[in-house]
Amino acid sequence: MNQLLELLQKNARQTDAEIAELLGRETADVTTEWAALEKDGTIMGYTAILDQERYAPSKTTAMIEVRLTPERGGGFDRLANRIASFPQVKSCFLMSGAYDLLVIVEGDDIREIARFVTETLSTMNGILSTATHFQLKTYKANGLLQSVPSERERLPVSP
Amino acid sequence: MSLDPQRHLAQQIQKIPRSGIRDFFELVIGRDDVISLGVGEPDFSSPWHIREAAIYSLERGETSYTSNLGLLSLREAIAGYVSETFELRYDAQSEILITVGVSEAIDLAFRALLNPGDEVIYHEPCYVSYNPSIALAYGVPVAVATKPENDFSLKAADVAAAITPKTRALMLNFTTNPTGAVIDRAELEAIAKLAVEHDIVVLSDEIYSELRYEGTDHTSIATFPGMKERTIFLHGFSKAFAMTGFRVGYACAPQALTEAMMKIHQYSMLCAPITSQVAAVEALRHGAGPAEEMRQAYAHRRNLLLSRFAEAGIPCFAPGGAFYAFPDIRATGMTSQDFARQLLDEESVACVPGDAFGPSGEGFLRCCYAASTDSLREAMTRIGRFYEKHVS
Repeated sequence: MNQLLELLQKNARQTDAEIAELLGRETADVTTEWAALEKDGTIMGYTAILDQERYAPSKTTAMIEVRLTPERGGGFDRLANRIASFPQVKSCFLMSGAYDLLVIVEGDDIREIARFVTETLSTMNGILSTATHFQLKTYKANGLLQSVPSERERLPVSP
Repeated sequence: MSLDPQRHLAQQIQKIPRSGIRDFFELVIGRDDVISLGVGEPDFSSPWHIREAAIYSLERGETSYTSNLGLLSLREAIAGYVSETFELRYDAQSEILITVGVSEAIDLAFRALLNPGDEVIYHEPCYVSYNPSIALAYGVPVAVATKPENDFSLKAADVAAAITPKTRALMLNFTTNPTGAVIDRAELEAIAKLAVEHDIVVLSDEIYSELRYEGTDHTSIATFPGMKERTIFLHGFSKAFAMTGFRVGYACAPQALTEAMMKIHQYSMLCAPITSQVAAVEALRHGAGPAEEMRQAYAHRRNLLLSRFAEAGIPCFAPGGAFYAFPDIRATGMTSQDFARQLLDEESVACVPGDAFGPSGEGFLRCCYAASTDSLREAMTRIGRFYEKHVS
């Protein structure tokens, strides 16, 4: 377990000096390791986690189950990469079970997603079927509960 | 007619002062601007799987009494955990008693062991209940001061000097609240030899034993030759599993002692709450991962605190365990009480004055680092500023 990465996954805005203090290490040492993890691609980027209900309440997310025909030599990879490259596709996974790809798509509204599914995705060669599920409510995303319980009471001084 | 305390209250109770922590608590309570390093418990809620198990237990209607000794499933889980973690084997049927926190177990143990006038040695500064629990059981508390130059660890020689023909028991608590001190194996072995030689029963409160940070293993005194038969091993779920409010602890001891403690427990407490016992079973079965995550978080905060004390020039030894640091504020010339009170007034930071844990804690401060890193950073900036202003 890499402690630097564990801490960054909780809060990527901590400075190298702050992380060094928590780990009991030299700041320069943390800076070097951090840079190396960025360079070798272990850290792919940093992003803000937004409360979408606040930021863009009309934004719509759908999970699309896609069945497709595997190809000799490449399996699902060529088609999967082609689908994944659309900017509205936020995530794309090859799955075990009743369908092949799980494609998570974001759009400004339901019509935008419908258009993507009917006009783009379904019409691609090799796509056998799609089943689109719209997300209705978020309870937890990115490891964070959406309705954070109120601050609990703790005695300020105890033995 | 109003009640005359002198006439109506037991003399025993009148003699016992209330905890110094309580006095300090009164000063802090009601102020909402305070950053508190004054707590004696984890800042985490119990891990969700434990809370969920408690909820499910209530849903199933498990709301009855349990056996006086506690749920057999919990005693069996404890037997397994204690064997694996401490290399101590106890019989779940007859040598383990589930109590309402370790605090109850300590009270039961002293009441089971002491005749009026029997002496009990304990090391100090220490948890606030040891001295009064001994006195309430009509024993005589004999404090042995642990010293700053030994990082508040206990020396066998100091124990030996305190032993008299009336010594019946020795109370140990390593890792220690309030200092975070640990004890090395050789010293513990020497203390064990003293206990055997002088036929002394040892109560070993090992509630903080999982929270260790320096890679050194925790050893229970009960593992040394001749010790298991004269040790009451005390442990619980409050600290490692963040379950303080569940109030569940346990005592492991030879059958005759367990039976004696159970008799008192049976007529006073009857049993620990069943919901808490079920939650404790869950903690032992599936709690290792979450407990390790919490330990890791404490380790980081400990590093943070120690580096900030060093930066501020406040002497503080590196505590081997628990979640307390015990900095030395003697260079300010202030008493612990004055320091803590003025720190609260001037900088709105609450730390517990060291003398609340016994006179040998004078000149020190208990700072609990079971708090968020943001609060710790802000608190340490304020403490550093306060110290610089007052150091002579």
